[in-house]
Amino acid sequence: MLKDITIGQHFPGNSPVHRLDSRIKILVTIAYVVFLFLSSNIAGLALNIIFVFSLYMLAKIPLKMLRKSLKPILPIIIFTVILNLFFITGTGTPLFHLWKINIYKEGVIFCIVMVIRIICLISGTSLLTYTTSPIELTDGMERLMKPLEFIKFPVHEMAMMMTIALRFIPTLIEETDKIISAQKSRGALLDSGSFKDRVKALVPILIPLFISAFRRADELATAMECRCYHGGKGRTRLKQLKITGSDILSTVICIVFFTAVFATRLVMPSLI
Amino acid sequence: MSVLKIENLSYTYNEGMPGATKALDNVNLEIEEGTFVGIIGHTGCGKSTLISHLNGLTKPQQGAIYLEGKDIWKDYKDIRQVRFTVGLVFQYPEYQLFEETVYKDIAFGPKNMGLSDEEIDKRVNMAAEFCGITKQMLSASPFDLSGGQKRRVAIAGIIAMQPKVLVLDEPCAGLDPEGREQILSQVKNYHLTTGGTVVLVSHSMEDIANYADKVLVMDSGKVYKYAPTEEIFQDAENLSKMGLGIPDITKVFLKLKEMGVDINTDVYTIPYAIKTLLKYKAKNGGANNA
Repeated sequence: MLKDITIGQHFPGNSPVHRLDSRIKILVTIAYVVFLFLSSNIAGLALNIIFVFSLYMLAKIPLKMLRKSLKPILPIIIFTVILNLFFITGTGTPLFHLWKINIYKEGVIFCIVMVIRIICLISGTSLLTYTTSPIELTDGMERLMKPLEFIKFPVHEMAMMMTIALRFIPTLIEETDKIISAQKSRGALLDSGSFKDRVKALVPILIPLFISAFRRADELATAMECRCYHGGKGRTRLKQLKITGSDILSTVICIVFFTAVFATRLVMPSLI
Repeated sequence: MSVLKIENLSYTYNEGMPGATKALDNVNLEIEEGTFVGIIGHTGCGKSTLISHLNGLTKPQQGAIYLEGKDIWKDYKDIRQVRFTVGLVFQYPEYQLFEETVYKDIAFGPKNMGLSDEEIDKRVNMAAEFCGITKQMLSASPFDLSGGQKRRVAIAGIIAMQPKVLVLDEPCAGLDPEGREQILSQVKNYHLTTGGTVVLVSHSMEDIANYADKVLVMDSGKVYKYAPTEEIFQDAENLSKMGLGIPDITKVFLKLKEMGVDINTDVYTIPYAIKTLLKYKAKNGGANNA
C-alpha cells in the first residue's frame, strides 16, 4: 500500500529528456509552471498539454505511471472543482439554480481551466523527477543556487540534505511497512475504531520508526566521517555538469514554446 | 491432527507488472500440533512470504490456509484472532519495541487481546521467565538493553499472547554464538514445557539440525522436501548442491564416505555422530581403526 507512492520516483532511461543537463531541466520546469499559469486561453492551454505529453512520449515514460502519480491528487482536484463551482459568481443568469446554490458559466470554465492546470502541473513536475536521478537533481540545484553562497547561504549543505532525504524515502517506507506488519502481528488495530483510537494506534508505529530513523542517521554520519566528508569546500565531482550542443538546442526549443504560449495571450482573449 | 494446513498456496510479487516474481509456487504443507518445524532455504526462496501467510498478514492470491481446519480468510473479522493464535516473530524484532518499560512492551499483545490485568500480569511474567528476562529488566526501558536482550524482550512479547503456533523468522540473525544458543534453547524449552507448535525459519543448517523435529526445505518458491530431520540429512549431498550450508559434522561424514569408508551420512548432531561411529566400529569388529 505504501509502496504505491510514486512521488520522487526515478525511471532510468537514455532518452534525450533523460540526457538533458539537470540545470536546464530544473529551469525549464520552473518556467513551465510560470507559463502554465500565464496561459488562460484555449490555444495556450492546448500548447501546454501538447508540450508535456510530447515530452512524456520522448522520455518513453509509460502513461500508466502518470496515472498513478495523478491518483493521490484526485481529492485535491475534486475539492478545487467543487469550491470554485459554487463560489464563483458570474454576470449572466446561472446555469443551475437550487435554493442558495448558483452555478454560473464562468465557474464551469474556471474549473476546467484549473483542472487542466493542476494535471499539467503535476505531470510536468513529475517528469522532472522521473527522468532525473536524485543525485543529478540535487547536483543541478546546487549549481543553480551557487550565487547564494555570496550571502553566506549554505548551498552545499542544503543540497546534501536533500540528497539524503530523497535517498531515504524508499528505505523508510519499507521500514514502515515492516513495523506495521510486526505490530499487526501483536494484534494492533490500525484501520478501525474511533478517530482517537486510530491516532493512539499510530504510537507503536511512529516510535520505532523515529528510533530507526535516528539510528540510520547516526550510522550514516559515522560512515560519512569515515570517508573524510568535511562539507562542500574543496570538494570535486565525479560527474561534471557540462552544457553541450544538444542542451542548447533543447533550450532554444523550449524558449520558442514559451514564447508561443505567451504570444497566444496577445492574440486570443482570456477564458477567465 | 494438523494445526496448520496450507493448500496449493501461490503468491507472485508485482503481479502483471514487468518485474513480477513468483515467491511461492503451489505450496502444500501440513504442520502437526506440537512439532518443532524448521524451515530452511537460501535467501529469496519464499520463506518469509510463506510465514507472512501463516498469520494472515498476506492474503493468498491462490490457495488457502487452514488453522485447525478452518480457512483463516473465511471471515475477515476473525483475522485478528488468527494473529493471536499464530504468533509471528519478525526478523530483527527488536526494532518493533516502543513502550517505556519492558513490562509494558511485553504486555502490548495480551492487552490487545482484551485480557484482564491479572491475566496480563501472569502472562508477562511467564513469558519473561521463558526468555530469561529478569525482574530488574522488566522495569527498565527497552532502549537501554543490549541487542540480544532486546530481541528476547520482543520474542517474549509474542510468547505472552500464548499462541498455539509460534513462528520465528531468523531469530538469531546478527547475534553472536552465545546469543544464538541462548535464544534457541529458550525456544526449545518453551516448546518442551508448553507443548506448543514452533516453526523456526533459519538459513543455518546447524541450528535447524539441533532443534527441529521436522524440516521443510524450500527452493525457489517450491517445497523441495518436508520430512523428519534424519531423512532430510540423508540427502545431504543435494542440499549442499542447492547452496545450503550443511552442518560441519555432516560434511566430515560425507568426506569419509568419499574416501571409501562405508558409513551412513545422515548424521547431523554430535551425539548421533558418536553413535554412528561406534556402530561402524562394532560392525567392522574393531579391525579397522575408525
